[in-house]
Amino acid sequence: MIELPFLIIFPAIAAVLLLFIANETLRNAVVKIAALLIGAGTIYAFFTYFQSGLQLFSVPFEPASQIMFVLELFIALYILYVGIQCRRYLAVLLIIIQSALLIYVESVFVMGIHPEFNLFIDQFSLIMAMIIGIIGTLICVYALRYMQTYHAHHPEIKDRRRLFFFMFFVFLSGMFGLVFSNNLLWVFFFWEITTLCSFILIGYSQTKEATNNAFLALEMNLLGGVAFAGALLYLLYVDPSGQFLGIEQLLTSGYAIALVPAVLIGFAGITKAALMPFSSWLVGAMVAPTPVSALLHSSTMVKAGVYVIVRFAPVYTGTMEGLIIGLVGGFTFLLASAIAISQSNAKKVLAYSTIANLGLIVACAGVGTYKLVWAAILLIIFHAIAKSLLFLCVGTVEHRIGSKDIEDMSGLIVRMPKIAVMMFIGIAGMFLAPFGMLISKWAAIEAFIEAQFGLIFVAILAFGGSITVMFWSKWMGKIISVIPSGEKVEDTVKKEKWFVLYLLTALTVIVCLIFPLISSTLIEPFVMSVYGQTARLSQDNIVIMAMMIFLLMLMPFSLLLYRDGVKHVPAYMGGRPTTTDMRFQGSMGITRETALSNYYFEDYFGEKRLLMAGTALCFGLILLAGVLLTGVIL
Amino acid sequence: MISLTNAILFLLLAPIIGGLVSGIDRKLTARMQGRVGPPILQPFYDVGKLLEKENLVVTTSQNFYILSYIVFIVVSGALFFAGGDLLLVIFAFTLAHIFLVLGAYASNSPYSFVGAERELIQIIAYEPMIILSAVGMFMVTKSFFVNEIAASELPLILYLPGVFIGFLMVFTIKLRKSPFDLSTSHHAHQELVKGVTTEFTGPNLAKIEIAHWYENVFLLGFVYLFFAFNPAIAIVAIIVAYLLEILIDNTFSRVKWQLTLKSAWIVAGMMGLVNLGVLYYLAGVLI
Amino acid sequence: MTYLKKSPWLLHYDASSCNGCDIEVLACLTPLYDVERFGIINTGNPKHADVFVVTGGVNEQNREVIRNIYEQMPEPKVVVAVGICAASGGVFRECSNISGGIDQLIPVDVYVPGCAARPESIIDGIVKSLEILEEKRIQMKERAKQKEQGRSPGGGER
Repeated sequence: MIELPFLIIFPAIAAVLLLFIANETLRNAVVKIAALLIGAGTIYAFFTYFQSGLQLFSVPFEPASQIMFVLELFIALYILYVGIQCRRYLAVLLIIIQSALLIYVESVFVMGIHPEFNLFIDQFSLIMAMIIGIIGTLICVYALRYMQTYHAHHPEIKDRRRLFFFMFFVFLSGMFGLVFSNNLLWVFFFWEITTLCSFILIGYSQTKEATNNAFLALEMNLLGGVAFAGALLYLLYVDPSGQFLGIEQLLTSGYAIALVPAVLIGFAGITKAALMPFSSWLVGAMVAPTPVSALLHSSTMVKAGVYVIVRFAPVYTGTMEGLIIGLVGGFTFLLASAIAISQSNAKKVLAYSTIANLGLIVACAGVGTYKLVWAAILLIIFHAIAKSLLFLCVGTVEHRIGSKDIEDMSGLIVRMPKIAVMMFIGIAGMFLAPFGMLISKWAAIEAFIEAQFGLIFVAILAFGGSITVMFWSKWMGKIISVIPSGEKVEDTVKKEKWFVLYLLTALTVIVCLIFPLISSTLIEPFVMSVYGQTARLSQDNIVIMAMMIFLLMLMPFSLLLYRDGVKHVPAYMGGRPTTTDMRFQGSMGITRETALSNYYFEDYFGEKRLLMAGTALCFGLILLAGVLLTGVIL
Repeated sequence: MISLTNAILFLLLAPIIGGLVSGIDRKLTARMQGRVGPPILQPFYDVGKLLEKENLVVTTSQNFYILSYIVFIVVSGALFFAGGDLLLVIFAFTLAHIFLVLGAYASNSPYSFVGAERELIQIIAYEPMIILSAVGMFMVTKSFFVNEIAASELPLILYLPGVFIGFLMVFTIKLRKSPFDLSTSHHAHQELVKGVTTEFTGPNLAKIEIAHWYENVFLLGFVYLFFAFNPAIAIVAIIVAYLLEILIDNTFSRVKWQLTLKSAWIVAGMMGLVNLGVLYYLAGVLI
Repeated sequence: MTYLKKSPWLLHYDASSCNGCDIEVLACLTPLYDVERFGIINTGNPKHADVFVVTGGVNEQNREVIRNIYEQMPEPKVVVAVGICAASGGVFRECSNISGGIDQLIPVDVYVPGCAARPESIIDGIVKSLEILEEKRIQMKERAKQKEQGRSPGGGER
């Protein structure tokens, strides 16, 4: 069981080391070596545990918990300090409430409890650990070069890279802790760590906008934290011996005890996963440097939110509260996808699509039948890979062409062919047929039909899914437009970045190919152990989809057929003679430039309007859940 | 479960049937307009001619997208007639259409660009209703597999009248018929030139045309599923449905994309969802 | 094979016509003449067209446009000059802004006389042009064959 403490503690040690290294070469070396070790550790853990199912580990509760408590107090003091300094009193208020709850819990109950099994691992933890340990570390390596260029481009921003990489590795440590902890007190501690990392990294550039958005994120996450602390209090109140603090023990204890904490933690998950009405923090978090968005705000941290919800999915099954959580997720999926149509900033499109997909995962977990949990875990995997790839591509493009706007990515296939192809694969991975996300959506549709009130979700998926097609394809279209005059600018991209991008692209495709294997070795046993039955795609469909992927991979070779003998003519411009850079003689002899711009349908899918609707709807639903919950507690 | 014979039959026969249907369509349209009209075999002549012509492109990659388009249309259609999973078939068709759209985008030409955007609007307009139709069929027959739906003894149309009306609505969009021929414009040269197909010449245009035949046969197959309990009725239904489309094509003027999107979604929502809701409720009661 | 003759698609361009011939071209599409009987379709797109039907003479405004459209049509293609203006400039021949008939600019295959040209003669002209179209197709094929042989001696494979 040494792997788990290693994975939790080693990144923290690396982090402390990085805090003190100012030399860039040395930092590069340390980050790469640490990343390699963490990656290797994860893979080792995978091969050790993937067959063994759920394993609980007896870890001494005492010294660790005390250290955590002290660290939590330090975090609270820090937030208190910056909150007062920046006059963000909501954050101050929330941290005071949360700390008060925590101190109360700690002083009244925790002294008397001695939980034994504090760490655990099962297939689901393992999947999350793989995402953190492989994708997370890849993003760390990518960030090295990115931050170098970032500071070269923004001389006005103070170079705090030591802090940056410190936070990155602390974050990895926190995430590992979160997915391996069985004890909810520990989960809460790691939960707070991720909140803190997110807060500091969003505010990295120290501009006014960044600071504001960082506080927005902090406040919303703290709101979730308060609910989480409430869940802890409730559990200890119900049983002061603390036996229900273990996730496994809680899950097996039945609805009567588990429902209230599950819903409270579900609420915390909703805030962390940035579902409506809390979606604004994740959109605001896009001011952070792109690796931060890739690591925290798409592939890992927000997955912590859905991780706890999926964990508690068996508790939600068939309950009104679960249905409400599912509906919050469902509506978020529909509305966030629609908003993405109206956005032209690539990072905002990615942000909304992330929110939408997290919504879909929560919808699956909230309704919580075994088939849906299967689909939800599949979504987590595919989304993490494809989304981090896309973020990193956007980051690379941004540094070369100086813009994050999709309109400016026109003709990327000419200017940055390799990146464009990777981006193309990433986008295809998000919505096209034989690729991952679509498999999961498809499985979700099939599963929802049989679930209670499933028709609402089927409708949401039918409409939301087709909306998704719209905004991804028009982005794809932009990047593959072959502009007649374009300069190639991708030669300056450094080899570390290439390495990471290639690997993530390969993963996007490979995971689609081997997903039946992932499903049968990891997801199915997990679902089986929780529900006693499991879902899978039929053999025929898997074969057909594998064939489709191979066909897709073969198709580009058809370009060889057209190598010669193809005659080129300029695009039809209504008969007007046009120069090669698409300028033509307009009326009165004025030379005009051709500019093609995508549709954004501001009137139909405008951010403001839909956000308002989503906030109202989801806020109402959460209130309803709150009322129901109060009923249960009383 | 998958019938290879049917798939091969589809591969061979669909272009013939699709071309004939298209020829009859043109003849009937001409007659409705008081003209003699082209010979029934005209679509074959057209495609034959296109294949004889020179291949002009703006960029080489257009060829790749169009080849992928027709390949995936054929694969999806074959999967449907082989009895595969209906949802997978629908998603595979979407994939194919995305290739067409990308081919149009690739040329970076204003007219195909507008056509591509409009094609996307059409996709999001019809996609929900098609998925809901598949879901409706599942709710009645408890299977997503086409062969099992087709073998069902239940009269699907009686369970799914609303869904069928919704499907007919998007059928018009998919057949690229007026009032919803937004993206390729058979009737509006002035504004769009030829929309998505503007920048494709000769062989590429022929491929698009053939792919369209394949797809039309798939759509007729989809209509068949609603009446699969009795093949004779089904064939009559297909003929009536197609005649209705021709009539609509000739009597409606083209609408804006806004109305297309709204009406398709409203019909999907009203007809499709209400129908499914009733089924869902009844299933709950009966269980 | 002679599919080309059975499905000629036209592109009609009004150079600087008085609109008389244009109306007559459109008249061909009406139920009375119904050229779709012969598979003739009036496309609006040079890239889909086989027959370039031009009415009116060349002036400074449309000189480049005519050339551009002609260049964008895929081979094999023919040009039909409809009306006397398209043939020679007609009554406008001596105008300062008219440079004459279409053949000043691009090779014309069929001239349809008349002011305005009658629909019957337009149809007749187009049917004439189909023979030339077919000839051009054969020529094109031969050129391609020669090119193929030139590249790989001993005959290339297709």
